[in-house]
Amino acid sequence: MKVLVPVKRVIDYNVKARVKPDQTGVDLANVKMSMNPFCEIAVEEAVRLKEKGAATEVVAVSIGPTQAQETLRTALAMGADRAILVQTDQDLEPLAVAKVLKAVIAEESPELVLMGKQAIDGDNNATGQMLAALLDWPQATFASAVEIAGSKAKVTREVDGGLQTIEVDLPAVVTADLRLNEPRYASLPNIMKAKKKPLDVKELGSLGVDTAPRLKVVKVTEPAKRQAGIKVETAADLVSNLKTAGVL
Amino acid sequence: MAVLVIADHDNATLKDNTHKVVTAAQAIGGDVDVLVAGTNVGPVAAEAAKIAGVRKVLTAESPELGQGLAEAVADLVVGLASGYDYILTPATSQGKNFSPRIAAKLDVAQISDVTEVVSGDTFTHPIYAGNAMETVQSADAKKVLTVRPTAFKAAGEGGSAKIESVSVPAAPAKTHFVDQKIVKSARPELGAAKIVVSGGRAMGSAEEFQKVIEPLADKLGAAVGASRAAVDAGYAPNDYQVGQTGKVVAPELYVAIGISGAIQHLAGMKDSKVIVAINKDPDAPIFQVADYGLVADYKAAVPELMDALTAAGK
Repeated sequence: MKVLVPVKRVIDYNVKARVKPDQTGVDLANVKMSMNPFCEIAVEEAVRLKEKGAATEVVAVSIGPTQAQETLRTALAMGADRAILVQTDQDLEPLAVAKVLKAVIAEESPELVLMGKQAIDGDNNATGQMLAALLDWPQATFASAVEIAGSKAKVTREVDGGLQTIEVDLPAVVTADLRLNEPRYASLPNIMKAKKKPLDVKELGSLGVDTAPRLKVVKVTEPAKRQAGIKVETAADLVSNLKTAGVL
Repeated sequence: MAVLVIADHDNATLKDNTHKVVTAAQAIGGDVDVLVAGTNVGPVAAEAAKIAGVRKVLTAESPELGQGLAEAVADLVVGLASGYDYILTPATSQGKNFSPRIAAKLDVAQISDVTEVVSGDTFTHPIYAGNAMETVQSADAKKVLTVRPTAFKAAGEGGSAKIESVSVPAAPAKTHFVDQKIVKSARPELGAAKIVVSGGRAMGSAEEFQKVIEPLADKLGAAVGASRAAVDAGYAPNDYQVGQTGKVVAPELYVAIGISGAIQHLAGMKDSKVIVAINKDPDAPIFQVADYGLVADYKAAVPELMDALTAAGK
């Protein structure tokens, strides 16, 4: 079974995003960039499937600028076999990303697409579901456990109030939630080995996909700030303040 | 112009999220219909019909809709889409599962987690874990939105919409429901509770979390929440998680105990009306958003708080 793992280069999750003064977006100049944490979990799961013998090949794919090659090298160092960069400087919306991935899938024919449930920049939580829709494949989102049995995947999903388990026929799209696994750190020998693994670069234009934006960004602003309140000395003070505030 | 709101329910009762999304729909304008898809949805549909300002309630029933399978819901809604300009879904884990599938089938963008309707084609939503608010204008003929319920007031009651059943497309062939484990609790639901008591990593163990957080929550009639750090450490179940990657809550009172206030946690609770923080670290970022801060070790402070509440007649 071939597994395709889309990965995104985003602002590092430890860095606080700052809005540009001209309100056109978030300032990414000289900011540390890393693989989206949910994508890391997806890579880890794909590599574990290969280690268990359930997968034969893990292909990482990213859509982005030249620097996204670093993100793909991280995936290769974690254990992916080869990588594809669809190169573009455009910032694509989830629907466009799903269409590009569909074109890559037409060439690669994976039996499983394993990807993060959301990217921590746009926070849309949409691309995996959209890809499944465009391919007319089943989807299993927010996975906290994945088990492959023959031509089916049994997936436990995090839902409101608990867990749901579903079974999907392959090929399918599975999106990873936080507790699916804890991604490994790539070892130095594996980082060295990753430099020699194949990384194929395609221009976005060569795929013939309509990636025109559907949304125009009007502005990006800072969220409303909360004023810090007061410090109270004792639990009794706290209770009397809460009574005065009318919330008890 | 017409707006379709997809109801949030558990096949037994209608959730308040539906009323909140109806308010967002009314801010857009036009006729507002509510779709109740599930099994034995009669009582849920009757509740939905009472929401003020709803034109009609559509019901659709099948086992797969009752199980909430994304493929089943998406096929149903895509079939109804020709009658609507907007399709609005509460941004719950259920809504987030099927709504993008609807958008892609209609070849339109989805605007996720909408917190403000600026105009009929312009909407604001949080990005970067709530560290930025993005306002976007949609060029699509049909607009598919997930709506953050806590950002809107619940629509009132007093309506008497007519209820119509609609036909259900063939069941999805490639997805099969296996089982569902929903934790039953006597406490209010985290997303809808008026008071939330949350514990953080400082608890140190699941036993301590239960011993400290749960009695306080019960005394206040509150729901129980947790920081991601506490959930990741196994002190609390995953559905307790409050934060950008967990639940977004906006109760009247939010009590954070032993929570430092990581950005990702603040994104999930900073719209609460009153925030209380108890933490022994005076520099913890949680104090920057707290209305009332108590710098103290929770081990001493929580029992004192329990006593003070008892003394205050709670």
